[in-house]
Amino acid sequence: MIVFLIKRLANAALVMLAVALMAFLIFRFVGDPVQLMVNEQTTQAEKDALRENLGLNDPVAVQFLRFVGNAVQGDFGVSYRNQQEVMSLIAERFPATIELVLLATIISLVVGVPLGVYTAIHRGSWASEGLQFLSIIGVSLPSFVIGILLILVFSVMLNIAPAFGRGEVVSIGWWTTGLLTPSGRAALILPSVALSLYQITLVMRLVRAEMMEVLRSDFVKFARARGVPRWRIHYVHALRNCLMPVVTMTAMNIGSLIAFALITETVFQWPGMGMLFIQAVTFVDIPVMAAYLCIVSFIFVALNTLVDITYALIDPRLRMARG
Amino acid sequence: MTARPLPPSRLSRLRQSDLWWSFTHHRGAMIAAALLFVLIFSAFTAPLYVPQNPFDPAQLDLLNAEYPPIWTEGGQWPYLLGTDTQGRDILSAILYGSRISILIGLASVFFALVVGIGTGLVAGYYGGLIENLLMRFGDILLSIPTILIAILVSAIVRELLPPSLREVGAGGVLVLAIVLSGWVQYARTVRAQTAVERSKEYVQAAQLLRVPARRIMFRHILPNTLTPILVAATLNFGMAILTEATLSFLGIGMPASQPSLGTLIRLGNQFLFSGMWWITVFPVLQLCLLVVAVNILGDWLRDALNPKLR
Repeated sequence: MIVFLIKRLANAALVMLAVALMAFLIFRFVGDPVQLMVNEQTTQAEKDALRENLGLNDPVAVQFLRFVGNAVQGDFGVSYRNQQEVMSLIAERFPATIELVLLATIISLVVGVPLGVYTAIHRGSWASEGLQFLSIIGVSLPSFVIGILLILVFSVMLNIAPAFGRGEVVSIGWWTTGLLTPSGRAALILPSVALSLYQITLVMRLVRAEMMEVLRSDFVKFARARGVPRWRIHYVHALRNCLMPVVTMTAMNIGSLIAFALITETVFQWPGMGMLFIQAVTFVDIPVMAAYLCIVSFIFVALNTLVDITYALIDPRLRMARG
Repeated sequence: MTARPLPPSRLSRLRQSDLWWSFTHHRGAMIAAALLFVLIFSAFTAPLYVPQNPFDPAQLDLLNAEYPPIWTEGGQWPYLLGTDTQGRDILSAILYGSRISILIGLASVFFALVVGIGTGLVAGYYGGLIENLLMRFGDILLSIPTILIAILVSAIVRELLPPSLREVGAGGVLVLAIVLSGWVQYARTVRAQTAVERSKEYVQAAQLLRVPARRIMFRHILPNTLTPILVAATLNFGMAILTEATLSFLGIGMPASQPSLGTLIRLGNQFLFSGMWWITVFPVLQLCLLVVAVNILGDWLRDALNPKLR
């Protein structure tokens, strides 16, 4: 078990190092950092001093090590665009994105699991075939399209939900939340639904596939023979046995949801990390891009590793196979 | 003199195959195929019959701007789906835009296949260090969300291009971005399959006959790994169109001078609140039809080629 743990953690560290290398290469070689930081009046001497100050004259390997060292301490330098600390820019936006992603995850579970069970039980019925077809459409609709359509229907035509911004927020320490004010809650509705739609179809398809397998097993037959009520068999006995993969997938997908949130955030003008990143991309604000890449990848890799380790704790067979 | 029976033609072989049977007995797949055919055909023949070339400024007339679709009040012939704020016919713009979207989708899938199959075959056939290096690199790419890779690649490559090439090269940059974020999947599938096939007798026989390694890989092993690849490629064609549309929507894809469907949606999105819904809604509809048709075909293909479900 300890060997497995070490191997898995080493693997995660290697991936993070590779991501850091990528971020560093972007940072160092796309455009000249000095040129991007100075204005026209800067003299050559000042530029040289700045270059020396930033350590750009050191060997590349040394620069990379310094970059990693700083990144581990959360120091990604200063944004080219507005001269603020990159880390504080991101920290400011972080709660908005996390709130959106977590709410979308909850919605996808609350809606997706019952739908999955329903389509598995009533296989071939009119309603379940319809849902199955809807799920193909759900997978085919890009998330920005869902956002636009939601805005069109609920904001422009019906005028019942705000289409942009985060409403009023309350700050608790460094965390800001929109959940405590009416306007904050209203602003959350459309973006979180838009973000969760794709996730709902995934959860629904997974639960359906798992349920169909479990419903064939002996313990379900036995429960039927004992005369356990139908709903109890389906929603208690069978469902419990298919939740493991659902939990795994949900945990793993939180990372990609954070990445996908950047599209939703752009559509709804949601002041999260993703919008910061897209603005950075348009202005070629390299430090912000590099920092975002590192942070999102870190969350992604950390969740994957955590899920793998949890699995190995539960199922000893995996320790041998995966190690 | 007796007539020698002709060898079966390709067409008749196709019509007797299981795949054809399954296709003609799956209503969804047939509808999707017909829809896809209409969409592709109309996109590529559009210049023959649409009222204007929507991207030739000389053919635009501001007097024709902001017409709603023809069936609503104020609609004007021949602008069936209305016009935008510059007097551009929406239907023409959609058809021209679909052509760009489809071409970029096809090119991305093709190059991702080439890179992925090549890497997978080499890794699976030779094994050892090469396999380790190639697959580790793939693992690292997979540990970053694909949309992030696509955005970063397209932003960075565009920045590195000289400004004069940025507009012309936008399509190429997008293809590169989508290929780089998508080839790993093919490589993994092909590698796994190749590793299995490599130890089979027909490969050993070919090796004993001193068939060159390249020929064994491409002529002997590759055909046996293609089935899952075919399904993945179909589904990824839809994904590629979506990724392209997303990047263009975010403003880092096709420029307004040669807009794809995503660009059209981005441009139209500004007018959503002023009530000119048709500028956005029709490109959205076209994009969805295109991707839904591709995905239904892909779903059908996956079931039809899956021996467990026969």
